[in-house]
Amino acid sequence: MDQLEIKKKLKTILPTVVKPGRYYGGELNHVVKDWDDIKIHSALVFPDIYNIGLPNLGIAILYEIINKRDDALCERAYMPWLDMETAMREQGVPLYSLESHRSLAEFDLIGFTLPYETLYTNVLNALDLIGLPIHSADRDENHPIIIAGGHTAFNPEPMADFIDAFVLGEGEEVVQEILDFIKKAKSEHFSRQQILLGLQCIPGIYVPSLYKVDYLADGKVKSVVPVEEGLPRTITKRIAPVLPNPPTHFIVPNIDVVHNRIAIEIMRGCTRGCRFCHAGMVNRPVRERSVDQIINSIEEALVNTGYEEIALLSLSSSDYTHIDELVSSISERFAGRNLSVSLPSLRIESFSVNIMEKLRGSRHGGFTLAPEAATDRMRSLINKPIQAEQLLETARQIYSRGWTTIKLYFMIGQPSETIEDVQAIADLCKQVLQEGRKIIGKKANLHTGISTFVPKPHTPFQWASLEPIESVLAKQNLLKDQLRAPGMKMTWSNPRETILESVLSRGDRRIGAVIEDAWRHGAKFDAWNDQFNFNVWMDAMDAANLTTDFYTSRPREINEVMPWDHLSTGVSRAYLEREYRNALAGRFTPDCRDQCLSCGIVPAFAGQQPQTEGVNWFCPDPEVG
Amino acid sequence: MQRVRIHYKKGEELQYIGNLDLHRIWERTFRRANIPLAYSQGFHPQPRMHQACPLPLGFTSRVELLDFWCDSEESLPELQEKLVRTVQPGIEIVSLSDVPLKSPPLQTIVESARYEVSLDETYDLSQVSQSITSLNEAEQCMRERRGKQYNLRPLIKELSLDDSVDPGIITMRLSVLPGATGRPEEVLDELGISPVSVDVVRTDLTLNSIQ
Repeated sequence: MDQLEIKKKLKTILPTVVKPGRYYGGELNHVVKDWDDIKIHSALVFPDIYNIGLPNLGIAILYEIINKRDDALCERAYMPWLDMETAMREQGVPLYSLESHRSLAEFDLIGFTLPYETLYTNVLNALDLIGLPIHSADRDENHPIIIAGGHTAFNPEPMADFIDAFVLGEGEEVVQEILDFIKKAKSEHFSRQQILLGLQCIPGIYVPSLYKVDYLADGKVKSVVPVEEGLPRTITKRIAPVLPNPPTHFIVPNIDVVHNRIAIEIMRGCTRGCRFCHAGMVNRPVRERSVDQIINSIEEALVNTGYEEIALLSLSSSDYTHIDELVSSISERFAGRNLSVSLPSLRIESFSVNIMEKLRGSRHGGFTLAPEAATDRMRSLINKPIQAEQLLETARQIYSRGWTTIKLYFMIGQPSETIEDVQAIADLCKQVLQEGRKIIGKKANLHTGISTFVPKPHTPFQWASLEPIESVLAKQNLLKDQLRAPGMKMTWSNPRETILESVLSRGDRRIGAVIEDAWRHGAKFDAWNDQFNFNVWMDAMDAANLTTDFYTSRPREINEVMPWDHLSTGVSRAYLEREYRNALAGRFTPDCRDQCLSCGIVPAFAGQQPQTEGVNWFCPDPEVG
Repeated sequence: MQRVRIHYKKGEELQYIGNLDLHRIWERTFRRANIPLAYSQGFHPQPRMHQACPLPLGFTSRVELLDFWCDSEESLPELQEKLVRTVQPGIEIVSLSDVPLKSPPLQTIVESARYEVSLDETYDLSQVSQSITSLNEAEQCMRERRGKQYNLRPLIKELSLDDSVDPGIITMRLSVLPGATGRPEEVLDELGISPVSVDVVRTDLTLNSIQ
């Protein structure tokens, strides 16, 4: 179906669906180029609905970079919600781009971002809605190349059957190399096999069809090796050694979406070393942006967008070297403009309250902290040292300086956690609210978010077991029971979704058949509580002759070959093993800004570390001896 | 403080964008244009803007009106120049005019809206003409919308067919008083025309003479 036909069909479909504005494009700052003038046509897809996908920073970054090129264009697509999908299928309308209303089948290259695993079935649905064969092996030269990136790409095996090539790590530099290659492949009419091989030759790219998985008799992975000579045995992620200027031409949606704001990464990476944290391990090394660069980018983005909200993003804002200076500059520079500024991931200390006080405009939200655990034993296990008294003192400061709501995040189900450790969470929450009561009386609120630990690849806990559902439920019930009081509110994760997330995050290539089967039986939007269908997934596991326990709670030997061992984040397996042992022994490891722990990131990117003060990484010289 | 009325056109890019969202689009336009809107008092200060009357989704318009209050001393041409530079796709600014600060809210002075409906060749014009005549002659026209019975007839101020052009244009003027707003898609449905098969554009708003 061509562009004009799609537009015509939309005219009859859109008046019949919920929130049609999200299916029409036409936003401020979107880029529409002359199709016939441009050599490389690329599309980026966030495989969930527009409202969730539009604010995605990864897409914003790549969209701006690609559209800056004269020889390439980049358009966007998101998943249609159920009513729209039904209408599209009835009318034969393929998944189309918002910029030119063209079928994605007309593009040379389609990039999916996969920040979390529960998007997988939507990718299959997207390929199907475009009219493409869902299996990579069934596609040919006439089909677009399908690339995926994002945090889940560090264990892409479950999606290996469907995606042609994965990008490991940061996209800013490698995207240029991919586009250059696709341009060459197009003008020289490369065969599909030549294209796949060529992509595999770009550092940081993983073409799974060029790697073969062998299994042991018990089902564990024996090896993942290249199918031919000359291909790398290990593929290492890409990084931007120095953070480039952030995007400032954010697309401003015409409708309300989950985050309506300018998002600026103040730094990338984290040195804290929390052992459960995927982001903290896969985003190393730490790189900061200068205060000037951040302020200028915000100023520019405000002019370009007119947004009323700014989010300063990082994994650990308190660790940003010039946080005080940054916050002071922002509050002076942007005062009186009715802007709100958010700064997540602050350390649990009074200083954080000073920082937030400077940023606070006329509107008060809650104050969010993430203690994660409530006993010293658990804190030393996960490597997040916080004293209870420190939390209480911070809470006192927060309540006494005008905030009425504190939000606390905890994670249950960490290795060896007992019901007593969970009881301590409930006790600590009650104490925090009590402090609030003393200061502001009944106005004090406490919201608690209880997530369940899911062991993630490339972390020290990649060997750990997922806690069985029975004990997760018991722990959740304890908390639900005890944190039911006036002024308290609690949210928790659906333990069945946790099981699925766990299977998908440490899954091997055989999980591909499970994803396909689940999708064929109606699974999509698995991240949506009201759409998630656990039974479809369990049936699919049965059909593939696989058990969930094998992927979730089975104890893993320290020397077991992981399905992702051929992919490297730069952090060595030796370091992860060391940290896992430290966890089990209850030993804290210091922040590696202060002392190098030889995680492997510096040698993995040897020669890429800039030597200039301010842009160098926060990696001290390794200790000798 | 000054109060300024914008006359603008809403194009097809924004045809599926509702009133609330349009309000925010304007707020951001003023921010980009660096025109400091006046804010309301209270716990949640809001920028002071009024829109005339909501345009149903799926339609475009040649006449939309918006009043805003701002603290700027700039002249109308200066303000217009800033807005034209920063306005987004789908909005075309036609003109700006001064409004006395104390004049009544825009939405209370709009009486009726005029719409033009471009038919396509699938419609039999003589049949359409007949339906229009009988609707015009009817004393009442009871319809149901969202489970509520109402009489559409008194909301239709004018309804005619221009068959001199091919394939025909229906013009209608409908009441937009509070609690008595005629919807063009209801009229079309009554005439046996599917609203999604035709292009509907709002061409005029009639204001009462009190102001």
